[in-house]
Amino acid sequence: MSAPAAATIEQFLEQEHRKQLLRFTTAGSVDDGKSTLIGRLLYDTKGVYEDQLASIAKSPVNRSGRAVDLSLLTDGLRAEREQGITIDVAYRYFATPRRKFIIADTPGHEQYTRNMATGASTAELAIILVDARKGVLPQSRRHAYISVLLGIPHLAVAVNKMDLVDFNRNTFDSICREFREFVENIGGPEPVFFPICALDGDNVVTRSERTPWYEGPSLLEHLETVPIGSSNSFDELRFPVQYVIRPSLDFRGYAGQIAAGALHPGDVVMALPSGRTSRVKSIVTWDGDLQKAFAPMSVTVTLEDEIDISRGDMLVDPRHMPHVSRRLEAHVVWMHPDALELNKSYILKHTTQQVRGLVREIKHRVNVNTLAQEPASTLELNEIGLVSIETHRPLFYDAYKRNRSTGAFIFIDPLINVTVGAGMIVEPMAQVPAELETGRLTAAERYARNGHHPATIWLTARKELAYLLERRLFQRGCQVHVLADDAETHLLPVLARICSVAGLITICTPAAHTPSDRDRARQLTAPAPFVELDPEDLPPDDQIAAARVMEILEERGII
Amino acid sequence: MPEKQIVQTETTPKPDLDSPPPFSREALTHLRALEAESIHIIREVVAEFERPVMLYSIGKDSSVLVRLAQKAFYPGKIPFPLLHVDTTYKFGEMIEFRDRYTAEIGAKLVVYTNQKAIDEGASPFALGTQKCCGLLKTRALLDALASGPYDAAFGGARRDEEKSRAKERIYSFRDSYGQWDPKNQRPELWNLYNSRIDKGESIRVFPLSNWTELDVWQYIHFEKIPIVPLYFAKPRPVVVRGDHLIPVEHNPPLLPGEKPQMVMCRMRSLGCTYCTGAIRSEADTVPKIIHELFFMRRSERENRVIDHDQEGSMEIKKREGYF
Repeated sequence: MSAPAAATIEQFLEQEHRKQLLRFTTAGSVDDGKSTLIGRLLYDTKGVYEDQLASIAKSPVNRSGRAVDLSLLTDGLRAEREQGITIDVAYRYFATPRRKFIIADTPGHEQYTRNMATGASTAELAIILVDARKGVLPQSRRHAYISVLLGIPHLAVAVNKMDLVDFNRNTFDSICREFREFVENIGGPEPVFFPICALDGDNVVTRSERTPWYEGPSLLEHLETVPIGSSNSFDELRFPVQYVIRPSLDFRGYAGQIAAGALHPGDVVMALPSGRTSRVKSIVTWDGDLQKAFAPMSVTVTLEDEIDISRGDMLVDPRHMPHVSRRLEAHVVWMHPDALELNKSYILKHTTQQVRGLVREIKHRVNVNTLAQEPASTLELNEIGLVSIETHRPLFYDAYKRNRSTGAFIFIDPLINVTVGAGMIVEPMAQVPAELETGRLTAAERYARNGHHPATIWLTARKELAYLLERRLFQRGCQVHVLADDAETHLLPVLARICSVAGLITICTPAAHTPSDRDRARQLTAPAPFVELDPEDLPPDDQIAAARVMEILEERGII
Repeated sequence: MPEKQIVQTETTPKPDLDSPPPFSREALTHLRALEAESIHIIREVVAEFERPVMLYSIGKDSSVLVRLAQKAFYPGKIPFPLLHVDTTYKFGEMIEFRDRYTAEIGAKLVVYTNQKAIDEGASPFALGTQKCCGLLKTRALLDALASGPYDAAFGGARRDEEKSRAKERIYSFRDSYGQWDPKNQRPELWNLYNSRIDKGESIRVFPLSNWTELDVWQYIHFEKIPIVPLYFAKPRPVVVRGDHLIPVEHNPPLLPGEKPQMVMCRMRSLGCTYCTGAIRSEADTVPKIIHELFFMRRSERENRVIDHDQEGSMEIKKREGYF
């Protein structure tokens, strides 16, 4: 906290009311001086209270060689204090008249990749410490790699202990060159570099006289001015429904935090997974109805139409649909001593959904020191790999690099209830088998492309419903086709067989009840699933019936 | 190795400290961003747990928490009870405020007291502050949670309060004895909170984790949230002991030569009368309190006698089940 520039308390409060929030993470190897840097930021921005300072001043531990060991300000738990290293993620807070900052302080210790990933998951900027004497170490590369993997939009590299290399410009420049080249290779954002001495404060808060050759801002000036939200160019509506608010029969609101994009009354929205559309009636908050709401606001939305929406559903812009699929590929950071098991049923928590999911294949493991892609049959604690996953119900997702909210998920082991991994979904590519096959297409290859097996749905005398279902399934990414037989030509069974062999989900809708055709179709399409829907059992309203059929297809594991 | 993930590049910005920071798109102010995060957390708990409860300590953080809960479920009412663990050593003004305010907003209030310990004579004067706190707060809290049984309990703790809190998760897992294991916390990424527990286990949830004391006061100011008058300065009878001002409401034993005297003061945080030191202050409005805090260089819990019992005492209490 720095002293208010404002003359009066009212001006001060007004200034405070406009402040923005920047979350950043810090990463460094043991002894890079990370705790000292954070202590320095807190101390120089007056984020430390006198009694806390007094408490560290009388501490028997002082590794700094200065009057007060600022690194002690951020050392949290007793065990860690005894070991002299931080071993978990700790959060720190400070503010300047321009911004409020949240620091996720994460350790650089080799075995703690998981902690760094945790801190990085919510950060908009990463400070990576490099010891000026040691240069770019394997750990520095690992920190940069994890920051880029977790999608942090801004990288700041603090080249620390410049006093120990006599503030030598060439040393600084060559570290910058090497680091910049590395980050470029892994597709990261252009890093910004700072020559600092955290112990004495050079270029941390104020620019140093000991680096006359350096013309850039101090680290804090950079933190105060770096654009917030600039990485978030993704503006297609994603509103995962968290909770349905229903205080009375005449109010039904969908509560949630907007994950991307904006909402206005009158906007057309589509609810997933049902695929039904409606318009936004109002955006309700305690502070009054809003004319506009945008990410990351927490709001409550009411719709013009009564459609069935519950927790785990998502409202989206129908012109810009997310991917809807039970199959996806993701980079995974494994976080538990029990290694990832293929084909084991984990719980995936993604936006507001929890679904069962299996890892079908590990495409490769990333060696975090060399960044080489290695074959692997499992992922151990702190290992990172690219895997393919199949879920019991479809997820509505975007690639993590496009949207961190709808592209992220965690793995929970249902036996021990612990969070065991973190996933970042990659953009699905047109599914092509690994090796280019030359023979005839197989059912497995069609499955790999379509994301579902063939199935036949028999639905007598509900043609409109059949076409509505076709639309819903198509929007889900399914290969689907309607066979309507008005003329009673009895061609349906044969056509159904052709479609089934081609891998499609086929909706047969004969005009009248024809048991012999039905039985023949069932026989010709076996062993693919055959779903006979009794029109008597389905709600008369096509929209409601379609939603019900989608549920049946989900229950049967067809979609 | 990820494919080229982020193509965006930023050159070193020329800092311009005289004009507002650049907005490339709409951004929330820091208080609105914190508010949105807290509301998300509160809704998530209500959606995923069977029997949530909100610990209501009557203090300023609780007041903010209650307001956030009101906002989270508006136009509905708060869908869980507020639980107050009453040690019977609270200030009379706190109890009066509690009963009036919860009735006013239509919240369900549950009050729990470790009556057995009180009947057996538990008091800070008889047992010392550590044992008293163990019986009347920690034990009572665990019993109260078991009586629900509540599977999730909101608390108003913030990470900036104390060093061991800085490492605690927003969803803090407690075993069936209510204990916290700092070495064995679940990883917590993005805003994806893991709500899975077995029978008897519970989660303490801290929606204000990322708020600072100043944020809380600013929010009270901007939102006009009612708080207990004890936070505002006025002349109060206290015993002056070294740097500490000890309120005399429950007749603390006096040292030789000590006498209650009227001192212009206020409470910076609220606990039991004996363990909550007052601070000398003239601040009788929220803006004045904010002004005072801004120039104050002492951390908030310093006036709580209990935290100073031994080095790292908060961490020890938390391991045992304290909030």
